[in-house]
Amino acid sequence: MSTVTASSVTLGAPRKRRARAHGHLGSGSTLALGVAVGWFSLLVLIPLAAVLVSAGSHGWSGFTDVVTSSQTAAAIRLTVAQAAAVTVLNVFMGTALAWVLVRDRFWGRRLLDLVIDVPFALPTIVAGLVLLALYGQKSPIGINVANTRYAVFMALAFVTLPFVVRTVQPVLETLEHDAEEAAASLGAGRWTTFRRIVLPSLVPAITAGAALAFARAIGEYGSLVLLSGNLPNRTEVASVRILSYIESGDQTAAAAVAAILLVISLVVIVALDIVSRRSSAGGIRPRRQRRGRHA
Amino acid sequence: MAATPDTLRDPAPVRWGLRGLVVGYVVLLVAWPTALVFKNAFSDGVGAFLDTFSDPEVSHAIALTATITVWAVLINLVFGVVISMLLVRYEFPGKRLLSVLIDVPLSISPVVVGLALMLVYNGRNGWFGPSLQDAGVQIIFSTPGMVMATVFVALPLVIREVVPVLQEIGDDQEQAARSLGANGPQTFWRITLPAIKWAIVYGVVLAIARSLGEFGAVKIVSGNIVGQSQTATLSVEQEYQNFNQHAAFSVAAVLALAAMLCLVVVAILRPKEEQA
Repeated sequence: MSTVTASSVTLGAPRKRRARAHGHLGSGSTLALGVAVGWFSLLVLIPLAAVLVSAGSHGWSGFTDVVTSSQTAAAIRLTVAQAAAVTVLNVFMGTALAWVLVRDRFWGRRLLDLVIDVPFALPTIVAGLVLLALYGQKSPIGINVANTRYAVFMALAFVTLPFVVRTVQPVLETLEHDAEEAAASLGAGRWTTFRRIVLPSLVPAITAGAALAFARAIGEYGSLVLLSGNLPNRTEVASVRILSYIESGDQTAAAAVAAILLVISLVVIVALDIVSRRSSAGGIRPRRQRRGRHA
Repeated sequence: MAATPDTLRDPAPVRWGLRGLVVGYVVLLVAWPTALVFKNAFSDGVGAFLDTFSDPEVSHAIALTATITVWAVLINLVFGVVISMLLVRYEFPGKRLLSVLIDVPLSISPVVVGLALMLVYNGRNGWFGPSLQDAGVQIIFSTPGMVMATVFVALPLVIREVVPVLQEIGDDQEQAARSLGANGPQTFWRITLPAIKWAIVYGVVLAIARSLGEFGAVKIVSGNIVGQSQTATLSVEQEYQNFNQHAAFSVAAVLALAAMLCLVVVAILRPKEEQA
């Protein structure tokens, strides 16, 4: 569970000028900066660098040998394909959910809004158990997808549910109705208005949500452990592959697969930063982005 | 937000169709399965549910999760507030890069996090592990490593809540306080902290939920030794794989309850931030 707006940490332009007024580091804040960056390096930067170094420690051919071995290649292919499929599902369902939450009024809407966040808050291992309770061997409705690829898809759909909703919702809330009303008064149908007027302003938010969902799905582990059965070449995903390399003592091979996941995550983060900067420069960024939405 | 004008309401069939679609999706994917966990946990009555927690291994796992969560959240609280202040109020080289890197833990696989810490801090062949071990500090396969893994995955949560609020409030009041002779710490405790306190509270609640539930990263760095380095989430996995489904569902229900409590706390507190 996390805040998912693409741009809440990256510093927005409007306030920057102000902060510059007294923005020089004194000795106390220099010390604080040093300690903070030191801790961040020990915790995050150096370990992540170690993954890349270790992945390359047997040279390029050592790296490609690992990631092209049939079981590992199958796991990576499955992970990327399922993550892409789930992202497409999220683009449609997430936008529809955001639309209903913002534009529709009905009994239980607040509850629906709260339930969207459950996948963020729920521990991933519990998420897997939760899905097994309804769609596993003892399913009360007679659907058993445990140990199949449908289970992988379902677990990824569960954990990525909030991303697109929570990026699109605040943008939709702050969207002015003027242009839509003008389009309607000129005779455009609802669908045309949505496609031509509303959708273009949602595209940056949908893209950001989709990217976060994809990154999350690529690296998912906890919810799949119990649900997917981890069958080699069939339901085994990349993160499970990393773990079995670690358990067999082959850290270099584990690092090779991890490096692929790491690079995908970094690409997503950098892309999001660029998208959020571009959209805030273009004025698409919602005015009240933080308005009580993303728990 | 202004109410949607009537001219812009979808026609009834579209409205009902969309409503049915999304409600059905969320019920089938999230609400119904989550409800079943509680049903399964209490299927043999409250007594059987409570019996699960008299098992010393289970109670040890829950106590360990609590300890790790307290440490991880405290560290992220201090670090998060300091980094947020630096990022918003000061200029320094590499600031933009730092603000992008802070987000990295959000999109990284927990398994990669575990492996990364393992490569640097394991006592056998890690980068720093052997020298730390000579100095008597063991990180991997013990509590410090599990705390580090948990801090890593929950790192951006406090920062992402506090930074936008710091940007929003600007520094006029802080400058006024300084010009009236307040020193740095006084300005922070009397002016800045009261203004960001709700953001900090949300960040902390989110970090608690994330820390309680961490699984993949902790599994790798803990060694998963029963009764020693096994956390609550790890014991859910183990109980389930040992065909002890009732115990698995009971521990899972407690974790799910804690997670939902965090959600409800945020949902209740959220409006206060808007008033502030």
